[in-house]
Amino acid sequence: MKNTLFLVIALLFILISGCKNGTESSQEITSSPQFSTIENIGSDTLVNLALAWAEEYHQLYPYVEISVTGGGSGTGIAALINGIVDIANASREIKPEEIQQAEDNGVNPVEFIVAKDAIAIIVNPNNPVNQLTIHQLSDIYSGKINNWSEVGGDDRVIVRLSRETNSGTHVFFLENVIRMGDPNDKTIFSSDTLLLPSSEGITAETRDNPNAIGYDGLGYVTPDVKVIAIARDESGPFIMPSAVTVTQGQYPIARDLYMYTNNQPTGAIADYLNWIMTPEAQTIVTQLGFVPIRKP
Amino acid sequence: MQMTKKWNEFFLNWLIKISGYSAIIFVILIFYFLLREGLPAIGEVSISNLFSVRWYPIEDYFGLLPLIAGSIIVTIGAALFAIPIGLCAAIFISEVSPRWARDILKPLVEVLGGIPSVVLGFIGILILAPYLRQLLDLPTGLSALAGSILLGGLAIPTIVSVAEDALDSVPRSYRDGALALGATEWQTIWRVTFPAARSGVLTAIMLGIGRAIGETMAVMMVTGNAAVLPIKLNSLFLPVRTMTATIAAEMGEVAKDSTHYHVLFLIGVLLFVISLGINIAASTTMFQQRKRAERILS
Repeated sequence: MKNTLFLVIALLFILISGCKNGTESSQEITSSPQFSTIENIGSDTLVNLALAWAEEYHQLYPYVEISVTGGGSGTGIAALINGIVDIANASREIKPEEIQQAEDNGVNPVEFIVAKDAIAIIVNPNNPVNQLTIHQLSDIYSGKINNWSEVGGDDRVIVRLSRETNSGTHVFFLENVIRMGDPNDKTIFSSDTLLLPSSEGITAETRDNPNAIGYDGLGYVTPDVKVIAIARDESGPFIMPSAVTVTQGQYPIARDLYMYTNNQPTGAIADYLNWIMTPEAQTIVTQLGFVPIRKP
Repeated sequence: MQMTKKWNEFFLNWLIKISGYSAIIFVILIFYFLLREGLPAIGEVSISNLFSVRWYPIEDYFGLLPLIAGSIIVTIGAALFAIPIGLCAAIFISEVSPRWARDILKPLVEVLGGIPSVVLGFIGILILAPYLRQLLDLPTGLSALAGSILLGGLAIPTIVSVAEDALDSVPRSYRDGALALGATEWQTIWRVTFPAARSGVLTAIMLGIGRAIGETMAVMMVTGNAAVLPIKLNSLFLPVRTMTATIAAEMGEVAKDSTHYHVLFLIGVLLFVISLGINIAASTTMFQQRKRAERILS
């Protein structure tokens, strides 16, 4: 429910930002010392966190307006490349070809790690499976394992759920789980993987469907789905995702979350990014179920 | 005085002409834009890749067949669902129901047509898909069938409204004549009123199907978006990915002028051509029927 509320807020922001006059260049806005607007687009994983930051920052400094929009990491980076956004949020690193495209457009992306996140593997609460290895996950998502009985569950078809390809979580999952981090591996998602447009869609289907397996950022996991413990290989140990296991490097499917700007930021954008690194802002990270980059 | 009147006339004449032509010019410009952005894809992606069965654009798999087939199967499903119900509802409202019921039903159907598709999609995700999964014992309810039912639901108000208008415009004297000759009410409806309104009914069906094939949001929410080629017998009950959902889900992500961007526009061209084809087919059958009607009457 909390997620839905945030989605509604995010949609409102989209509406508001859509209504804004597009002809004003961001240059003009940032140069004003009294009032400034920061456009922040990208990762759906980060959108709740970015919204919480933006609201908190706006309360501290009412003259800075930050509009946050989701859409996926690819969307945010594409917006940065096309020069229509001040900060792009991404749940994956920018790809070399995207840097190339950016440079062709005269954009110079600068990276900031703003938080860490674990990717939780979720199933229906009625599914008896409690733990999986990365190798089993890879086989499930690439289509080699098609029935829950092959990994110790009931005799049920496995319905694979994934985010759309514009999601940074999707790309991270492809590279680090399905391909198990091997850059030469060309395995891809099984073609009957359901690509759902939102984290909410994945949670809803997992909550309802005993055949489903899905993945989502830890901050998005609701109590009505079951989180699976994950191990690097059969010898274990099987670890549940949490802030502690991520910080200690035990949980195998964890990643950094990024913000990208065009060139080294100045003015209001630099102030905002500096504030995000403060313990105060990192407390919000913990509250939303993500993992802070430093002890708050 | 005379002069201003003439000028007014001249001015209005031109205004109307320009508005009329601009509709055509806009269609041509849109088609030109689609072609300009979409055709480079044919040079960048090999034909065998475009006609393969794998769609995974971030690894340069650009097989369009699953998407085209996905759109077709969902649209046919929607038509099978919407045409019988829509036409029966139109006949009921126009021919069977009493006057007062008609005055309530017709506006209600039109209100139904105004429900945003995203709302229907939400109902589809929360109620329809889980229900279908349990009822038919499917792996998942997010399937072509769920999409077909929702799209059918979207097309029904269009079909009912337009078909009802067509039936209503059949002259009273046709029905009176048939009834006077001893035909039953059902015979009058089926043999006289309905054939007389045929071209309007056909337009209703085409508009309904056009609404279905172009619909995006509801489809994206309930069909599961898995790009599999629906060629098995039970494909209607499995997830599919449509052309519209693909464009909507991926257009935001692509960098301008990348191969992926061009391929998405190529899908746009295909959609444009398909709906143009449906419209041309509809208007030629209507035209032929009108000629035949004129021949009989003369």
